[in-house]
Amino acid sequence: MTSVPLLEIQDLGKTFTRKLDAAGHLAVRLGLARAPASVRAVDNVSLQIRRGEVYGLVGESGCGKSTLGRMIAGIIHPSHGSISYKGQPIDRLQPSELRERRLKMQMIFQDPYSSLNPRMRVKDIIGEAPQVHGLVEGPIDTFVSAQMERAGLDPTFQRRYPHQFSGGQRQRIGIARALAVSPEFLICDEAVAALDVSIQAQIINLFMDLRDQLGLTYLFISHDLGVVEHVADRVAIMYLGRVVEEASVDEIFSRAQHPYTRALLAEVPRLEARKRRFAALKGELPSPLDPPAGCHFHPRCPFAMPRCRVEAPALQTIAPGHTSACHLNDGDV
Amino acid sequence: MKTILDVCDLCTSFGPVRAVDRVSFSLRSGEVLGLVGESGSGKSVTGFSVIRLLDQPGHISGGRILFHGRDLASETEEGMRQLRGNRIAMIFQDPMMTLNPVLHIDTQMVEAVRAHQKVGVAEARRQARDALGAVGIPSPEERLAAYPHQFSGGMRQRVAIAIALLHNPDVIIADEPTTALDVTIQAQILSEVQRLVRERNTSLIWITHDLSVVAGLADRVAVMYSGRIVEHGPTDPVLDHALHPYTHGLIGSVPSRNRRGQRLAQIPGTTMSIDRRPPGCPFHTRCARAQDVCRTEPPPVSRGAEHTALCFFPMEEAARLEVVQ
Ligand SMILES: Nc1ncnc2c1ncn2[C@@H]1O[C@H](COP(=O)(O)OP(=O)(O)OP(=O)(O)O)[C@@H](O)[C@H]1O
Ligand SMILES: Nc1ncnc2c1ncn2[C@@H]1O[C@H](COP(=O)(O)OP(=O)(O)O)[C@@H](O)[C@H]1O
Ligand code: SF4
Ligand code: SF4
Ligand SMILES: [Mg+2]
Ligand SMILES: [Mg+2]
Repeated sequence: MTSVPLLEIQDLGKTFTRKLDAAGHLAVRLGLARAPASVRAVDNVSLQIRRGEVYGLVGESGCGKSTLGRMIAGIIHPSHGSISYKGQPIDRLQPSELRERRLKMQMIFQDPYSSLNPRMRVKDIIGEAPQVHGLVEGPIDTFVSAQMERAGLDPTFQRRYPHQFSGGQRQRIGIARALAVSPEFLICDEAVAALDVSIQAQIINLFMDLRDQLGLTYLFISHDLGVVEHVADRVAIMYLGRVVEEASVDEIFSRAQHPYTRALLAEVPRLEARKRRFAALKGELPSPLDPPAGCHFHPRCPFAMPRCRVEAPALQTIAPGHTSACHLNDGDV
Repeated sequence: MKTILDVCDLCTSFGPVRAVDRVSFSLRSGEVLGLVGESGSGKSVTGFSVIRLLDQPGHISGGRILFHGRDLASETEEGMRQLRGNRIAMIFQDPMMTLNPVLHIDTQMVEAVRAHQKVGVAEARRQARDALGAVGIPSPEERLAAYPHQFSGGMRQRVAIAIALLHNPDVIIADEPTTALDVTIQAQILSEVQRLVRERNTSLIWITHDLSVVAGLADRVAVMYSGRIVEHGPTDPVLDHALHPYTHGLIGSVPSRNRRGQRLAQIPGTTMSIDRRPPGCPFHTRCARAQDVCRTEPPPVSRGAEHTALCFFPMEEAARLEVVQ
């Protein structure tokens, strides 16, 4: 594929610095503690998302998925690196262009409860932004009804408030709100994680239908490999701020290379795996405040070698469209 | 195998509302029962009923809970205190239900040991340390001196499990203990629990909304909907040949490698809240197979002794294939 990707990010990074309270400042001054701790929530991530694809982003809690998603959505500023949309670097856009670009990228969150204003009626939640941006032709009620129907909501509920809906319905409100401004690109951050299985299936089906109908592109962030396997075309696996492997969904689920990816896959409970013996990857996710040197995964990796403790492996192409960051790829074990 | 726990027509009510409605199941020694259902279906209330830890105004309004032949439904509060944490233990989704945030781990564990055993502090502490080691906590001696907040979520859950296992209970009721944890930590805990119950022949009730976890862990499965067990049987027949339309829809809702990219089976609508439970079969508002009789009459128990479903028109082979394809 030679066409320009819809979204391209390059060496994107975000470092959060933990603010010190008064006692902390004193401790630093007295030499009792080190300077403010910083977390490299996202560490030099580069990736490309093609128009019309579902790009899955997987990893354990705290590995930086949401931070990456929020930078792409423009909710937080990167510490370094660049984001290009349709080949144009976002930081070089005029404010008006930037506003328009933002509308084209909408984010859908995990928590349908807290991402909706409890004091607004559904009609306003869905209709406000499109009205402000002059996207509504004809009566607003008709517009909102159409949006609600598309998201599988009964349009007669326009005048209700969020608390009058179930969790699954609230997630549909969030989807209707995002779609009302005619976006091209949806960032779904754990958008089905809080839902019951039967409702989760409804929402996954809705996402897939919308993709077909509207030609949407998705960044689909999830800790649930089963869900990602179901919806994604390509998948990236993150570990402590870094992408450790990226490939098509088939490739990842049949020929994963990275020891971390392989461990994750081995541990996903599956309906087909009966009375299995759960075998576990040792250790816990290290603190992102103080990540292990070299390959972040080395303390838990069954294949770690001396080099892994000092040198961080770079992402390299190991098969067409398949990259992985692991010293085993060098074959000099 | 000996039956340890025999729950028969258990009803638990909050005021006029029955959160658990005529629930029956039994548990043999060393057996793992998976209790699955979506939120609000009554799984936790069932667990809390068995161990008699119901919140007010919840109370057992019918049925029996025979534990080694003794009816816990009518047991005294003092009798329950003797059993709880000793012969029957519970693990919660939030380990802080077990742990006290202001006490060191060793203080809590020593207390838990001595609640049911006449031993000195040093011996109790030794048992506590061994219990932490048994659930895979590294350097347990050092960990004993810590406070719960100094542990990660996964470690806290291990401590709660260690406490539940202290007295080698006959039955452990685990209420979604891995739901809030990452997959790798969930797998660690599942593997520890699996090993421990196998070694000690403990019976386990594993409550979860995750059918895939049940598939890997349980000998038998009970599926709850709206306060009732709607399907019950050995894991393989229930998951491979579900009889109840709800179970069948639930299985079709799970993203799985066999169905990548295809539409998931969809159960229309949402769960009814139990105080608006419709007459007849509570699932009829969402069921594609519903007939008039389902809207008015309570469904009968259908099929054999081992694998049962509460349904007028259980799934047949042909219909199952049609939906799965
Ligand atoms: N505003 C912030 N200030 C300080 N640290 C932050 C902030 N936001 C995130 N972090 C830290 O950055 C890291 C990545 O967080 P992020 O929320 O992106 O993780 P995640 O992969 O989305 O996790 P989860 O699966 O739990 O949602 C974590 O260590 C987190 O504690
Ligand atoms: N303390 C309580 N007071 C009133 N109703 C309750 C209480 N606890 C649970 N319920 C109700 O009982 C039903 C079953 O709840 P629960 O067993 O917690 O479901 P789950 O299957 O999610 O564990 C729900 O409808 C819930 O609202
Ligand atoms: S670089 Fe070394 S430690 Fe890291 S995943 Fe590869 S083998 Fe394991
Ligand atoms: S009894 Fe009727 S409504 Fe209930 S599950 Fe069976 S077929 Fe469906
Ligand atoms: Mg997140
Ligand atoms: Mg519960």
